[in-house]
Amino acid sequence: MKKIVSLFMVVAMVMASCFALSSCGSSKEEQGSADGSKALKIGAILVGDENEGYTYAHIEGIKKAASELGIKDDQIVWKYSIKEDETCYDAAADLADQGCNLIVSNSYGHQSYIEKAAGDYPDVQFIAMTGDTAAKSGLDNFANAFTNIYEARYISGVVAGMKVAELKNDNKLSAQNMDDKGNVKIGYVGAYPYAEVVSGYTAFYLGIKSVVPEVIMEVQYTNSWFDPTAEGEAANALMADGCVIIGQHADSTGAPTAVQAAQDQGKVAYSIGYNVDMLSVAPTGALTSATNDWSVYYKYAFETMMKGEKLDKDWSKGYTEGAVAITELGKSCAEGTQAKVDEDIAAIKDGSLKIFDTSKWTVDGKTLTTYTKAYGFEGNEMISDGYFHESELRSAPAFDIRVDGIKELNNDK
Amino acid sequence: MDNSVQEPFIRIARREDMIWWKAWIIRGIALLLSLVVCAVVIFAIVKMNPINVYQTMFKGAFGSTRRTWITIRDTMMLLCISIGLAPAFKMKFWNIGAEGQILVGGVVTAACMIYLTNFPTPLLFLAMIATSCIAGAMWGFLPAIFKAKFNTNETLFTLMMNYVAIQLTSFAVAKWENPYGSNTVGIINSSTKIGWMPGLFGKEYMLHLIIVLALAIGMYIYLKKSKQGYEIAVVGDSENTARYAGISVSKVIIRTMLISGGICGLSGFLAVSGASHTISTSTAGGRGFTAIIVAWLAKFNTITMIAISLLLIFLQNGAVEIASKYGLNDYASKMITGIILFFILGSEFFINYSLIFRGGKKNKKEE
Repeated sequence: MKKIVSLFMVVAMVMASCFALSSCGSSKEEQGSADGSKALKIGAILVGDENEGYTYAHIEGIKKAASELGIKDDQIVWKYSIKEDETCYDAAADLADQGCNLIVSNSYGHQSYIEKAAGDYPDVQFIAMTGDTAAKSGLDNFANAFTNIYEARYISGVVAGMKVAELKNDNKLSAQNMDDKGNVKIGYVGAYPYAEVVSGYTAFYLGIKSVVPEVIMEVQYTNSWFDPTAEGEAANALMADGCVIIGQHADSTGAPTAVQAAQDQGKVAYSIGYNVDMLSVAPTGALTSATNDWSVYYKYAFETMMKGEKLDKDWSKGYTEGAVAITELGKSCAEGTQAKVDEDIAAIKDGSLKIFDTSKWTVDGKTLTTYTKAYGFEGNEMISDGYFHESELRSAPAFDIRVDGIKELNNDK
Repeated sequence: MDNSVQEPFIRIARREDMIWWKAWIIRGIALLLSLVVCAVVIFAIVKMNPINVYQTMFKGAFGSTRRTWITIRDTMMLLCISIGLAPAFKMKFWNIGAEGQILVGGVVTAACMIYLTNFPTPLLFLAMIATSCIAGAMWGFLPAIFKAKFNTNETLFTLMMNYVAIQLTSFAVAKWENPYGSNTVGIINSSTKIGWMPGLFGKEYMLHLIIVLALAIGMYIYLKKSKQGYEIAVVGDSENTARYAGISVSKVIIRTMLISGGICGLSGFLAVSGASHTISTSTAGGRGFTAIIVAWLAKFNTITMIAISLLLIFLQNGAVEIASKYGLNDYASKMITGIILFFILGSEFFINYSLIFRGGKKNKKEE
């Protein structure tokens, strides 16, 4: 019993010593803004920290937007490595307690906890990035945002298409790289079999197809957003099957690293990355990456809040606002790629190029004229004026149609 | 040649006679030393005022009513698992499978919340508690029966049961995922709150506190005062002695693991119904392993475990705040936790052993 008493005393001592220290010399913190105006205080709930590419991009986006708007460092409270469970609600409530009036979370799995917090704190504006339930939540202070990343994926597909055309002209492709009808094989490493990924790989495929019509694509899922080993394995499996381009919708450098290793052993294979420039891990293997510039949205959100106006429930922008891009072209890119890329970006911006133009893809050999079964968005007509209206009615991707020419190798759902 | 054996410079001798307040002083010194070492490390690496860092840690764990209750909730969760491990460890049955036992308890709790929405509330809670205990107990029963009948290695067996539980959870998540393909279940019954553990006296987590503290006291009495508790101790010390005394070793192993797994399963219920209201493969979140540290540091005494759990959760929740305030990430806080644990463990050495220096003062005992 005495040991127990003593242990309690030890624990009490740790805390007491911290408490004793905390009671002195901490008076100037947590006072709030003195000027009385509606100063913005931002709380950021992040699924990782700066060591993880996806979160790093968000941190940079928030910092860039803040510095452009003159928001000071002490107006932003960061919560790193917040899990997708009650910890997220705790973090949101804690940020609200600290006086934040705008709280942003960056992972899809945070959304339901953010929605709960939005219900409990009606005076605080909440944003669940990449989420999809704000519109039907009925909450005034809860919004979703995304980017039209499918536009950048299409452009990265164009880059890949230019490379495939060059390889074809130079007779660098073998029979193994094609199916029996002479279609060149493209590979894609996807995270999960749902709309966000399906929309992305379809746009990528259509981008390639716009340059080289004779292509087919195989998709290998990893069932994880971040798993370097599984992504590398998936890329190896696709290359073993003869795929010459490996695209990806997963967050690690696993696939480009595998592609570079295969290329170093004499294989014809190139990588299109995601989020970050992959040239550092695949100097000759990487062509480019599709990326988001989150600062565009954050700037919009912060500015709107500072003006005291209402945020859009659903926000998704692409090349027109500079919210998406492709990274610098690698030195392996085919000649004339930059000119073609610039031309297509201009066409996207002026509206003459629609990514999901129904004349460019078919389902079971037929052109679709209507689609009302987008998951979670049933009953809404998505196709009109000859194209699928991706991310227009709702920010999160809705394109979950499996088009001809693309085969999912391991969708076991 | 000198044939006499050279006396070593330091000899280590076991002692069991330390007065409790002396032991307390040693622990206190160890703790202060650990804080000093942490301070040096913090200053050397990031050039920050360590005192500010400590202050911030305290604020992170107890800075507001909400934070205090979160600290209490997390402590109770960790404590509950450690209590589950206590009888098994006391029996020297190395149950590394708490992680899996929590997960299966959590999965069946989530299943009840999803499928039994038309049950009356008391019946639903009875179902959740009963099924989570049974599920956890089954996860403990399997390795136990193999150990009892075939003397298989329980460490490997329970560890592998974790992976089975993780796969089972992945399967359940894929089945219940909302929306389809997103690989998350989201908050279950977020509008109706069916199957959510209620608060008590206006405090959301009061019930956690009461249940787990009652468990801690109950387990303390069970292990110290009951016949079964005595049997556990005997089996743990020597199976042959137990057999000689007429104790059925296999019966004790199986019974104890049913209890151990059952309590770990119950903590799965606490995690799902009482806190996260969702299920994922990270529901256990490594707490099944952290609880092993708690159980060992507390020497399987469930009352001591309260203090150890509180200390670990204090360090963990404090770490979130130093990451937030100073950008010191996970690694920094893990270093601090590691240093403090190292010193606390180290202090036990000086409490249990005495150092005798060559040519130094004669040890009292030898006189």
